[in-house]
Amino acid sequence: MNTRIATAVMLTSALALAACQKKAPEELPPAPEATAAPAPTPTPTGPAVGSMEHFIEAVGRANTVVYFDTDRYNIDAEDSAKLQTQAQYFSQYSNVTFTIEGHTDERGTREYNLALGERRANAAKNYLVSLGIPASRIRTVSYGKERPVALGSNEAAWAQNRRAATVTIN
Amino acid sequence: MKFLIALTPLIALVAAPVAAQNQDLGEPMGEGQEVEAVAVEGDDGDGPLRGTVSDDSSLDDLGIAIPAFATDRNVSTPANANGTAALGEELARVITANLRNNGLFKPTGPDSLPKPEFANITSPVWSTWGVRGAEMLVHGYVRARSDDRLTVGCYLYDMALQQRLVAEGWVVSPADWRRAAHKCSDLIYARLTGESPFFDSRIAYIAETGPKDKRTKRLAIMDSDGANHRFITTGRSTALTPRYSPDYKQLVYLSYVDGNPRIYVYDIGTGRQTLVTQSDNPTFAPRWSPDGRWILYSMAVGGNTDIYRVSAQGGRSERLTDTPGIDIGGSYSPDGSRIVFESDRSGSQQIYIMDADGSNQRRLTFFGGRSATPEWSPRGDQIAFTHIAGDFNIAVMNPNGRGLRKLTNGWQDEAPTWAPNGRIIQFFRTARNTGATSLWQVDLTGENERRLPTPVDASDPAWGPILP
Repeated sequence: MNTRIATAVMLTSALALAACQKKAPEELPPAPEATAAPAPTPTPTGPAVGSMEHFIEAVGRANTVVYFDTDRYNIDAEDSAKLQTQAQYFSQYSNVTFTIEGHTDERGTREYNLALGERRANAAKNYLVSLGIPASRIRTVSYGKERPVALGSNEAAWAQNRRAATVTIN
Repeated sequence: MKFLIALTPLIALVAAPVAAQNQDLGEPMGEGQEVEAVAVEGDDGDGPLRGTVSDDSSLDDLGIAIPAFATDRNVSTPANANGTAALGEELARVITANLRNNGLFKPTGPDSLPKPEFANITSPVWSTWGVRGAEMLVHGYVRARSDDRLTVGCYLYDMALQQRLVAEGWVVSPADWRRAAHKCSDLIYARLTGESPFFDSRIAYIAETGPKDKRTKRLAIMDSDGANHRFITTGRSTALTPRYSPDYKQLVYLSYVDGNPRIYVYDIGTGRQTLVTQSDNPTFAPRWSPDGRWILYSMAVGGNTDIYRVSAQGGRSERLTDTPGIDIGGSYSPDGSRIVFESDRSGSQQIYIMDADGSNQRRLTFFGGRSATPEWSPRGDQIAFTHIAGDFNIAVMNPNGRGLRKLTNGWQDEAPTWAPNGRIIQFFRTARNTGATSLWQVDLTGENERRLPTPVDASDPAWGPILP
């Protein structure tokens, strides 16, 4: 619980202090004394560092997923901006390990899609490694077309499913 | 059974990794029994007669009467709660369904026919059957042996000639009684078409349940007609793309049981499985060589997928492709000398061919669109594949890459697999939007297409050879 509160304290200024390596205090300040009024505001307890909630809060949900064109796996300008945001987070929290999940749309044969998802996950991984994130912290897994997020059979749904999603490992 | 349960914690302690990779598996089922061929009643020792079929009209108009198989004595059998007489009716029903479902003949089954006496199996009462308009007559018998096994005899008669065309008999264990019906179906089919048999075979596939974004996918097996259905995995982990070994003793398939896509070799007799290769890299698309000595698999290293082969006994893997593109899958020619496979080295999925050692790689398909999942016919004369040009359809071509013929018209039909005789192709069809999947069969004319009933949605079919 102590570390969790310390985490929360740190989190409130996490982004502003991106470059600051301030250590969490050894001991927490004493709990506020019970007073009649005003009622004590509860200590803010945000998500733990490295949790998916923490990652999303820090980088924004939209930046956790990069998207690809049909049968492609190249990192375009939009993807690279997202991955740079991710890289900042993973530089700051250097103990956080994570998985990049590669996915495809349903309009491909099953086995090729597994290989294509693997290729996409690795494209995102390689970009993060080029930004200085150690490869040893990055796991990749391909789900091919097995785990769509958009369920329709149309171009808009397929575009959402051709993706590499970064997921932190708690 | 108690012994197995008692042993489980011990295995978990001493062999944690093995236990982990087995945690998605159901109970082992043991191996099936062999079917023994025997001489049939009335066989004069000269072997089956080889008369000429008198009717030369199109086969799908050929009427075949298939009355209940007779029994010499109606006795109890583990194969049927109502005894061998009831079993005789079941045998005729299975044969009728086989011959009807494949669109080849117009059979009439036992439920609308009189029952022949045991004594008439070898000498039909022609007058009884002549009025029914059937050109062909099937008779058979079932007899319980003292060892609990069953002898089943199967006879095909030409009504116009009033002559026996062929007859065979088999001894089966009670649990395998349907195999006798499939053997009889094969005998009739082969005699009337001149083609090789295919009914006495099994299919491995993936059973699918649940919503599109959270599908449960289980490895399952069944007979060629959908009977004797068994789940092999529990569904806790996603299972994909199974293939039977040629001797039916093993299955290779992809499982996410350790969280990563990896190929396992599952032993049907013991119910245990091992990784196809000890590697942290993901492996996909397993295939057997026709002689069962080799397993092909595809492995992604740093995102780049290539095809490897490894001895089915294990040992060192050999890399067969080395392009920066995705090289995946593979299907051996029947003689094992060549492999067709899929590669996007040209920029899109196309089919390539190489020698079995990876040499002489060259592109086969130039049809426009993409070409994927090649499967070499067991006869060697055709290669089935998924042709992607807008929609996904099953197509065939000659092994020289010419003679494209599209056989299906679904929105998404993929993953062809051949019947053991190379005359029927099975594949799976995905429905637009719902993602519902089902198994289908189509013959080489493309005219006879039918859905194979499965208990739940189904994909990734793999048809094994004729059972040993």
